[in-house]
Amino acid sequence: MQVTYLQAIAETLAAEMRADERVFVLGEDVAEGGPWGATAGLADEFGTERVRDTPISEAAICGIAVGAAQSGLRPVVEIMFIDFLTLALDQLVNAAAKAHFMSGGQLTVPLVLRTQGGAGQRGAAQHSQSLEAWLTHVPGLKVVMPSTAADAAGLLASAIADPGPVVFVETKTLYFRREEVAPFEPVPIGSARIVRPGRDVTVVALSRLVPESLAAADELAADGIDAEVIDLRSLAPLDLETIVDSVGRTHRLVVAHEAVESGGFGAEVVARVQSVAFDELDGPVERVGAPFAPIPFSPPLEDAYLPGRAEVVAAVRTAVNR
Amino acid sequence: MWRIRAFEERVGELTRADEVYGLVHLSIGQEGVAAGVCGQLRADDAVYSNHRAHGHVIAKGAPIERVLAELMGRENGLCRGLGGSMHLVDAEHGFMGATGVVGGNVPLALGSALASRLLGSDAVAVVFFGDGAVQGGIFVESVNLAALWRLPAILVCENNGFAEFTPRSAHTNVERVGDVVAPWGLARETVDGNDVVAVHEAFGRFLAGARRGDGPMLLECLTHRLRGHYEGDPARYREALAAEEWQERDPILRLQRRGAVEGWFDGRVPGRLEHEARTEVEEAVRLARESPFPPPSLVSELVYAGL
Repeated sequence: MQVTYLQAIAETLAAEMRADERVFVLGEDVAEGGPWGATAGLADEFGTERVRDTPISEAAICGIAVGAAQSGLRPVVEIMFIDFLTLALDQLVNAAAKAHFMSGGQLTVPLVLRTQGGAGQRGAAQHSQSLEAWLTHVPGLKVVMPSTAADAAGLLASAIADPGPVVFVETKTLYFRREEVAPFEPVPIGSARIVRPGRDVTVVALSRLVPESLAAADELAADGIDAEVIDLRSLAPLDLETIVDSVGRTHRLVVAHEAVESGGFGAEVVARVQSVAFDELDGPVERVGAPFAPIPFSPPLEDAYLPGRAEVVAAVRTAVNR
Repeated sequence: MWRIRAFEERVGELTRADEVYGLVHLSIGQEGVAAGVCGQLRADDAVYSNHRAHGHVIAKGAPIERVLAELMGRENGLCRGLGGSMHLVDAEHGFMGATGVVGGNVPLALGSALASRLLGSDAVAVVFFGDGAVQGGIFVESVNLAALWRLPAILVCENNGFAEFTPRSAHTNVERVGDVVAPWGLARETVDGNDVVAVHEAFGRFLAGARRGDGPMLLECLTHRLRGHYEGDPARYREALAAEEWQERDPILRLQRRGAVEGWFDGRVPGRLEHEARTEVEEAVRLARESPFPPPSLVSELVYAGL
């Protein structure tokens, strides 16, 4: 069947709500379907007690979801743009992430926080960021970032089933891509996927940079460079094994994400790989990420700012010295 | 109230003796609020608290030797030594958590109230916070949502007149917290928090309503913390109460005086209760000292649930 990333999310939410009465959705405009329609139709089927529209109060929304999760519900809270997660970080970082630990295991917070990031829509610097690396720095949070409809569905199902808080980071750029998919199956959190096998270099990519890296691999193949592309899918926990296995075969590594390169999650991948597989590397690891600047509004500037296929191609050429 | 008083006084001593660690905020002087509220709740009613939580968790039913063991960082502590004074949790007794973030637990209580409703229970949620929490944005967001959704939650403000080291008048022009929530039309009442009978009666009225699904309500308890903000606070920002004035205000002495006048209990009862409380606390100290520190492996075991 053919579905979009967004439809995969909407259908999975509906399926999970049908299967478990404790699952409910809350966030700004969710009963109306939200700005893209990720929750469209849910209020009609499940009513507004379980599909709860909220005022523009990110901190309270997130805090209410934490309390509800501690008291037996399974909230799926939506923060409309990841940029606004800044307003709810206290609840996510100081409450949700630590409750299980600080209570000595008494409390669990089975909470999913859905949000979306990414640029390319002329949204400028407060509606386009990729802030996922911040969240991976917080013990207790799981962070996933699917790049396909099938993974969006499969990871969302796993996130809702998880006994702890999971941040589910979508990307608006991929929302309307139509894909041919098999019936949805849960995807375990913490497992990367080799999207394209290759012999010469490993490209570990996140979210929108996965299709960009696949396009780059096609371009490189014409020059006889065979790139393996790994979709990380989960940032925390990290599937280091799949990456190290791949590097053991290719001996070259590139990490690619849309987030600002400096302090981005790619740095963590590089550090972890070199500590366990330094001898497997035949050259320096290359990073692809955005410049150290806020995202510009003006279309030519935004286009130049965003890393994509060309930057991956260039990084791979540097990594393989060709 | 004597159990809380005896506990807090002993914790003060143990803090100075380096047996209780970290930042410790005592509730001596505010016992009437904890007792007047928690004494009427069931185990399935959720209670959330703030950094000054010892009295609340004890009044909600937590075994005091496990509260003390937690403050001493021991394995037998309520949270196995991972939380400490500001992060007490006793889920079995419905004490769903204290927090070190001022105002941070107000929305969590609303989430528990929402869970009660969606799960078809008549359990209510109660959150204790100080007057210092009211100036934070999260408080306004939470009150708005609680009122909009008519959640069965009771907000209990312990207004002791000081936000950490600063008098309320230096932080806001609104003297009464009850007035802050007025625009949302919450049922609200301001009582003398050092009069446990007044707290008990006012909270009881709110609780009956919340059990029926009404809410939210705000109970503002005007009270006084006898100690500084934390143990070790030199408290230069205020003058200590004169001993005679404290005798007038002390919620325990007030109840004892009134009980004697009204004939509620025999004149020997207060002395007996104090003695029993101090004996219980000494036994708790002994048990907590016997409990080992938790094993280092615990740190990695509890990062994620379900491992």
